[in-house]
Amino acid sequence: MITLRDVRKSYEDEVTIGPVDLQIPTGGITALVGPNGAGKSTLLTMIGRLLGMDDGAIEIAGYDVASTASKDLARIVSILRQENHFITRLTVRQLVGFGRFPYSKGRLTQHCEDTISKAIDFLELTELEHRYLDQLSGGQRQRAYVAMVLCQETDHVLLDEPLNNLDMKHSVQMMRHLKRAATELDRTIIVVLHDINFAGRYADHICAVKDGRVVEFGTPATIMTDEVLTRVFDTEVQVIDGPNGALAVYY
Amino acid sequence: MAEATITRPDRRTPPASGRTTSAFGTPRAHRRYRITLAVLIVLAVGFGFGLLAWDNPMPVGSDGFWRIARMRATSVLVMAIVAICQATATVSFQTATNNRIITPSIMGFESLYVAIQTAAIYFLGVSGLVALTGLPQFVMQVAVMVGLSLLLYGWLLSGRYANLQVMLLVGIIIGGGLGSVSTFMQRLLTPSDFDILTARLFGSVSNADPDYFPVAIPLCVAAAVALWLRARRLNVLTLGRDATNNLGLDHRSEIMKVLFGVSLLMATSTALVGPMTFLGFLVATLAYQISGSADHRHIFPVAILTCFVVLSGAYFIMRNVFYAQGVVSIIIELVGGSVFLVVLLRKGRL
Amino acid sequence: MTTTPTAPRRPPTRGLLDPRLLIGVGVVGALLVVSLLTGEYDVVGASDGGEMFAITRVPRTIALVLAGAAMSMCGLVMQLLTQNRFVEPTTTGTTEWAGLGLLGVMVVFPGAGIAARMGGAVLAAFIGTMVFFAFLRRVSLKSSLIVPIVGIMFGAVVGSVSTFVALQTDMLQNLGIWFAGSFTSVLRGQYEALWIVAAIVVVVFIVADRFTVAGLGEEIATNVGLNYDRVILLGTGLIAIATGVVTVVVGNLPFLGLIVPNVVSMFRGDDLRSNLPWVCLLGIAIVTLCDLIGRTIIAPFEVPVSLILGVVGAVVFIALLLRQRRHG
Repeated sequence: MITLRDVRKSYEDEVTIGPVDLQIPTGGITALVGPNGAGKSTLLTMIGRLLGMDDGAIEIAGYDVASTASKDLARIVSILRQENHFITRLTVRQLVGFGRFPYSKGRLTQHCEDTISKAIDFLELTELEHRYLDQLSGGQRQRAYVAMVLCQETDHVLLDEPLNNLDMKHSVQMMRHLKRAATELDRTIIVVLHDINFAGRYADHICAVKDGRVVEFGTPATIMTDEVLTRVFDTEVQVIDGPNGALAVYY
Repeated sequence: MAEATITRPDRRTPPASGRTTSAFGTPRAHRRYRITLAVLIVLAVGFGFGLLAWDNPMPVGSDGFWRIARMRATSVLVMAIVAICQATATVSFQTATNNRIITPSIMGFESLYVAIQTAAIYFLGVSGLVALTGLPQFVMQVAVMVGLSLLLYGWLLSGRYANLQVMLLVGIIIGGGLGSVSTFMQRLLTPSDFDILTARLFGSVSNADPDYFPVAIPLCVAAAVALWLRARRLNVLTLGRDATNNLGLDHRSEIMKVLFGVSLLMATSTALVGPMTFLGFLVATLAYQISGSADHRHIFPVAILTCFVVLSGAYFIMRNVFYAQGVVSIIIELVGGSVFLVVLLRKGRL
Repeated sequence: MTTTPTAPRRPPTRGLLDPRLLIGVGVVGALLVVSLLTGEYDVVGASDGGEMFAITRVPRTIALVLAGAAMSMCGLVMQLLTQNRFVEPTTTGTTEWAGLGLLGVMVVFPGAGIAARMGGAVLAAFIGTMVFFAFLRRVSLKSSLIVPIVGIMFGAVVGSVSTFVALQTDMLQNLGIWFAGSFTSVLRGQYEALWIVAAIVVVVFIVADRFTVAGLGEEIATNVGLNYDRVILLGTGLIAIATGVVTVVVGNLPFLGLIVPNVVSMFRGDDLRSNLPWVCLLGIAIVTLCDLIGRTIIAPFEVPVSLILGVVGAVVFIALLLRQRRHG
């Protein structure tokens, strides 16, 4: 369970976040959706303690994000940002291995190696594990990053727009992997998504953010309605019945 | 690409226990690393011994031989200290700043050194330079350099607007401002005073005084060991700020600690032998090229050995082949500068 | 662009014909008159005062105007082309290249005239700037502060080559004297070449908008029908000529091209057209002021203007950096 209480943040004069009060339940996928600049990513980075807040408190599984030691938090929550550029040339396995740092401090044990292998297998990167990241396609690279945060074995996994720059096939693949991680590995996954239909199909909870505040929180069934989506996205949205559930049409 | 051919892993994966994470991409790279290291050690020992023994008029092993060798040993020892300082500092600095095309020496250490030397001769004449030699003066120079860089870090790397790049640029610009002042003082010197000063303005192993060793060696060893012990953390730092914080390391405090070590090493090296602007850059770049690993535990030894080989090799060749020992540091600077240009033009991303 | 050194600061205030511009012209004019009247020689009382006035004071003041305007325009052009606020001849190695070219000519042809020396400096400055622009074209993060950091290192490499050459030819101390920007030696018969840079100021006034478009990148420039390569070449040529000529006649004027355009856009926003005259004026004012300080602070001796500009410029540069840091 992740709890946000009266969280506020103001920066760069025009952007302000909050006050946000929110409870994200344990288990499943929670999708943060909303228009551009609504503050989804900011909220996610604050939960992942990469960004401080001005006011309020965030608790993850009972641990206060601001006061808990970062190295302890690294075993409870992991976060992957959108842009990942590294100055070193790393193989997939080396990258995923970094996920073990909170436990091993860089000295990989046999248990670590097994966990790394499992994470790599889980994202179907087995045959690519000794390839360098710059030799991979965008979709493969994105899976390698996700494998790294899964390898961190945290109950809570935060992902900032993991579908960014992925084509249809790879987006679907990624969402299936995340769904499996939530069900098979019992992870609580919070993910910023741009496409409301991916949220509707794969998420267990949807949290709609607008102008720095949480405006809706609920199951896909309650969020995927004409009225709610039109209000959140400020554009005419019609929800129709698709072959796999509700489908938002906005053009 | 290969994705289409991947089968479900749960069935086809070899037993997980057989798979390990190596710092090297392939076993071949690992073998190559060992060979590289061996070659470097042989070269280092060869040049080191060559500097001690070559052209020694006394027969090898005689008393006279050892007496001459002992005198030369000082300069070999200085090279070793400089190698440890420059190589460790540059590799760590590049990691801390997440940038492989910069070097810590532009951060104002050298401008400060030049300004101190120039001011001494400007205000006190030649006797000023003499007044600058001696262990207390050496310690003072190191302390001033480290103290000022700590002030800079404390000022620009803490607080809400902490920004590493701004800190770097401010350091460089302060160095540039000091440079203007030094240049002005230099042009008012008499030509003979200026000639004496010139010898100090170029890095040279012969600038070092064995009296400094009791301070220089412990400082250099302590800072280098401290950075080596953090090698695994440095590996994490290469992933950048967000990934480092995600893995539970406090990025800001890690950077501060690394930069503190870097300034100790750079101050020691600069106060000992003078400016060596591109030596560190040269050896760090070479080390990454030839080691085939991005792990600091492997990069550090290669970089240090490369640095020693470059220094001792350059001195050995310039002394025994070209009889032009004086220009060694400038030659190294030019080579390092050229490598910088090549890297700059081949680089696609900052 | 998240590190936006190029982000617009304030909306443009007024058009080109601003009454405040007249005030600015008046202030600069007053500074120039002070400059004409400052010096050890009594130009009013002495019998040959009028002649001395024409030989030293007038050329010096004209040189201040030309060099100040040219170098600040030069900085503006570089910032437009690179879309990076912290780029100027001192932070891209252009100055060092010009110095290397000058030194090269002096070593190869010790008796070379001013035209040959300027030719060498301009050519070297052109090559160096092209090399740096070639690097920037491959780089994705143009707005980054790493650009000036790398540029300064680039300059340091070239500077070390100059030092090596000077050391080998026993010219090291002279090198410092040549490169230090100073208007002391600007006399009638020696400064006239500086008039070339007046043409540059005019050209910049005419084509400044194209530089802005080119700065947005090759694709955008081509899309709006601009010959990107030609504009870059033109810009580099202008920068090289201004830097080369000023380096040979006056010396190095550090940070001028950086602080002037930045200070102007801080007060007036980013409207290029209406800012151009202000950039000229402020450039002239700063150089004249620094020269006046240099002439009076330890009179009857002089402190070279490059020392004052180097120190003042460094302080202003740091202040700009700190300001940008707060504004993200």
